[in-house]
Amino acid sequence: MLDLIWLVPALPLAGFLILVAAGARLGEPRAGWVATAFTSASFVVTALVWISLLGRDAENRVFEKVLFDWLPAGNLRVEAGFLVDPLAITMALFVTFVSSLIHLYSVGYMHGDPKFSKFFVYLNLFVFSMLMLVLGNNLVLTFLGWEGVGACSYLLISFWHTRESAARAGKKAFITNRVGDWGFMLATFLIFTTLGTVTYTDIGALAPNLAGGTATAVSLLLLVAAAGKSAQLPLYVWLPDAMEGPTPVSALIHAATMVTAGVYLLSRMSPVLVHSDVSLRIIAVVGTATALFAALAATAQHDIKKVLAYSTVSQLGYMFLAVGSGAYVAALFHMITHAFFKALLFLGAGSVIHAMNDEQDMRYMGALRKVMPITGATFIVGWLAIAGVPPFAGFWSKDDILLAAWEMDGGGGLGKVLWAVGLFTALLTAYYMSRQVFMVFYGEAHWNEARPAPATDNDEVDLAEFEGPPETVTVEAHSEVHPHESPWTMWVPLVVLATGAALGGLLNLPVIGDWLFLERFLEPVFAGTMHHITAGTGTKLLLAAIATTGALIGIWFAAQVWLWRRVDGRKLEPRLLEDAFEVDAAYARFFGGPGRATAQLAADTDRVVVDGAVNGVAQGTRRLGFLLQPAQSGLVRQYAIGIAVGALGLATWLLIGAVA
Amino acid sequence: MIPVLGQVFTAPSIDWWALAPQLILLGAALLILVVSALLAERCPAWFSGVVALVAGAGVFVSGFYLWYDIRDSGPRSIVSGALSLDGFAVLFTLLVAVAVVMTVLVADAYLEREHMDSPEFHALLLLAATGAIVMASASDLIVLFLGLESLSIGLYVMAAMQFRREEAQEAAMKYFILGAFSSAFFLYGIAMVYGSTGSTGLAHARDYLNRLDTAIVDQPWMLMLGFALLLVGLAFKVAAVPFHFWAPDVYQGSPAPVSGFMASAAKAAGFAAMLRIFFVAFGQSRTDWSPVLGVLAVVTLVVGVVMAIIQTDLKRMIAFSSIAHAGYILVGVQAGTSEGTAAALFYLFSYSLMVLGTFAVISLVQWQDGQPLDRFEGLADRRPLIGFALTVFLLGQAGVPLTSGFIAKFLVIKAAVDERTWWLAIAAMVISAAGAYIYLRVIFAIWRRPGAVDEEGGEPVAAPVVPPASGFAILGAMAFTLVVGFVPQFLIEFARDAVPVLLG
Repeated sequence: MLDLIWLVPALPLAGFLILVAAGARLGEPRAGWVATAFTSASFVVTALVWISLLGRDAENRVFEKVLFDWLPAGNLRVEAGFLVDPLAITMALFVTFVSSLIHLYSVGYMHGDPKFSKFFVYLNLFVFSMLMLVLGNNLVLTFLGWEGVGACSYLLISFWHTRESAARAGKKAFITNRVGDWGFMLATFLIFTTLGTVTYTDIGALAPNLAGGTATAVSLLLLVAAAGKSAQLPLYVWLPDAMEGPTPVSALIHAATMVTAGVYLLSRMSPVLVHSDVSLRIIAVVGTATALFAALAATAQHDIKKVLAYSTVSQLGYMFLAVGSGAYVAALFHMITHAFFKALLFLGAGSVIHAMNDEQDMRYMGALRKVMPITGATFIVGWLAIAGVPPFAGFWSKDDILLAAWEMDGGGGLGKVLWAVGLFTALLTAYYMSRQVFMVFYGEAHWNEARPAPATDNDEVDLAEFEGPPETVTVEAHSEVHPHESPWTMWVPLVVLATGAALGGLLNLPVIGDWLFLERFLEPVFAGTMHHITAGTGTKLLLAAIATTGALIGIWFAAQVWLWRRVDGRKLEPRLLEDAFEVDAAYARFFGGPGRATAQLAADTDRVVVDGAVNGVAQGTRRLGFLLQPAQSGLVRQYAIGIAVGALGLATWLLIGAVA
Repeated sequence: MIPVLGQVFTAPSIDWWALAPQLILLGAALLILVVSALLAERCPAWFSGVVALVAGAGVFVSGFYLWYDIRDSGPRSIVSGALSLDGFAVLFTLLVAVAVVMTVLVADAYLEREHMDSPEFHALLLLAATGAIVMASASDLIVLFLGLESLSIGLYVMAAMQFRREEAQEAAMKYFILGAFSSAFFLYGIAMVYGSTGSTGLAHARDYLNRLDTAIVDQPWMLMLGFALLLVGLAFKVAAVPFHFWAPDVYQGSPAPVSGFMASAAKAAGFAAMLRIFFVAFGQSRTDWSPVLGVLAVVTLVVGVVMAIIQTDLKRMIAFSSIAHAGYILVGVQAGTSEGTAAALFYLFSYSLMVLGTFAVISLVQWQDGQPLDRFEGLADRRPLIGFALTVFLLGQAGVPLTSGFIAKFLVIKAAVDERTWWLAIAAMVISAAGAYIYLRVIFAIWRRPGAVDEEGGEPVAAPVVPPASGFAILGAMAFTLVVGFVPQFLIEFARDAVPVLLG
């Protein structure tokens, strides 16, 4: 059964190829069904592999399947092989599961889009790349998947590329991710030069030989890679903009799967990370800072998807905190529960946007619970899960992370500080999610209120001009809105994900003495690198109680402001927060100023020197071609002369060689 | 025992099984000729094609049988030293079988559309294929020459078969005259080798060179002259510069399926002979011929690529590109090592499938004014699968990773690097980069959306009918190109096992 592992990525690849060849002919909705079928089949195979892996002893749950030598070049051997261990199979399971649901959802969501089949082409290619990323048995293969998901992300963000903002967002994601890729490549080179291998099992075995400095360098480079892909400070800027893509894409790629690749990479390389306490601490600090920063920004967003985007950045920060504390299982646990509830929230948001005729501003929503009962109910489940209300999934995984931070043996009580910040972030999370739920699903309907005229272009116009009251010119684009529940293809995934978000905690429930299924399953992978919780039951219960109280305070406060309207919400939302501390603007200014000048210089050099050389070669080639052309005259006698001259040349050379 | 001129001639004992591929091809050709002549008008149209197809498949199967036979009982010399039965010969037998099957499949609809006589076409194809296999397995220069001529004469006529088209007549005539010219060189080369070694057997030549090393023999100049002249004849066959002039005119003028056969099986047979003569028999004097072949490779590469770039006719462009590919294969041959030979074999096998596929796509369309590139615009739009397949073939020829072409280029260049002929490796890489332009141009053209209607004839742009047989052949070649690109190991090992040995 384990041998079937190659089918897991092969199935989405087959779907991709079929759709490339015949997607346009299949058309809507058949192209969508084909894509969904192949992804679901991949999930079924993954589940079968997982079951047969469970059949083995806990210590023997590692299986390597090498298909062939891919790049035999000198002493660098890169195999095309799969590494099936608990970590990889856990990733593959939730990736294929969530992907299948989101494929199904997209069949409804993309209804009527002129590029319907192309959307599924990209989606299947994405699933294939993501599976190569998690199943590859070496860094190079993972990098192949890493680049693949990046390319798909870029293509899907700018899927509606006729929209200027979508095209720009795609470009931004692409460029920011380049920085991360650079880190990945350097880390790979460094690993190869020091250890002489790029295969994970060998790296695991040889890592103890690494010098401390090298381990730190590799770890930090991996952090750069992970920060790019998983949108951590300071490289997070592309993720909020990535919301320009279709909502299923935001749910699948920019919430549930691709953005967790960074966490996966760090977990996979834990044998190296463990040799560098410094970098573990840096990872924890970066994660915590990102979590807090993004949560603050999320409290002041008006776009329903932007809130979720910042929230994703923030939750990924938690996972980094977990990795930095050595709590890899907690990181993966949170990754899984997060995949459930964040995909659920995004798909719910998509359902809302769909119903509201593409309106994304939460100020013009409200009271949708009544007209969209299923979307409303499932969204509320997602909200309670992310807010950390027991017994929903998010509570358990977040609690694990905070507990690990509490116990982190950083010098000078670093762990306690990170714990406190994490706790405060949890409070903020509960607040901004409640705010969203109250604005969208409760209160009064604002569906058909007049919108202020959009500021034509924020980058160009001085903000001071807009100090006065917002103009209330009605924009014609929004005709009467009549929200309605979405088709079954859209709400079925919502219900399934809501079940996951509600019950996901069962995966690793600490209450029933021996359960901790996920931890037991994953433990062999992180043997020797993982931090084991030492706290007694009393401490655990106390911390959990504090976290729950924090979450409830956040919800209560949001209710004060947004449900009962006892406080004016606008005062809580300074421009600074809405603009996410102006980081984007600062980047824009830097890259617009000195950065642009540098780029211009590089571009000029490129045009004059490099292009000049290339064009020169091209022109020279053509000129040489035209010079030689007369020889190809079509006259047999000239051809014969060619042969004769050639014969003479060969004979002379060989004879001279013989005589000399 | 029959006394001949006072000597006793012993009829050689013949291992008939080992000759199965040649016998199948000959038998099928004769069957086609006899039946179609006897039945004349009553002979069903499908008859010759089916026989040729079955013969091709039969050769393929017998090739496999022989492969395992050799693996069990080792390579051996058959027909008293005239032919060798070794992995090398079998590899080329399989290659020729594939080329025959592909050509028959592609030619099926082509012959009907162009109103050409199919029994003659198929019979000639099978005879030419016999010649190619004989060339690849010959261990005597005279036998080799017989194979060369059987192959060439078949091809001369096949090139002219579209006798209603003037270009075809012209192409065949040029091919014939120049072919005869170069055959004369080859034959004279055999005479020189005979004159210096006293035999036309390749084993004798090797023994002679061994003695040369120990300075028992002097005067190697006659042998060197023989080398040069043999090389001329074979360089003509594989279309190396400056013996290449015929190739563009002939490829362009011949029916597209025939061009495909020339670029694959005929070229492969030429290289088979070259490898057997230079690598096996004259391996001792590698230092003499290796630089010559290296220079020949670079000149061939440069001229092939540069001339391909300025072409506007797709068929002619592929013809020049085929010249350039001969250059890459020469890079592998000149290394003179087992690795280089294996690389050349790998290259020949993968390139043959790509070029057969390319000409199969080209054969789907035929205009009065040839195959101008701009007529192919929008092909991928109208026939996505065919467009995709052509893209794969072109990317493969450009040497893009994940196609067999990449591995092939990688292996030949690696062989040059291993032999420390840096200049050659670097030249091949640079030219390869420049050469990618040729194929990208075609790929852009076929994926570009067409400009609605052609302004002159008002003829709608490329939406060819795809006959099932051609489609099958094209998809097969595409699958091979991709599979070898992903999983090259089996073909690499096959090529390594097929590196020739000389049998005494």
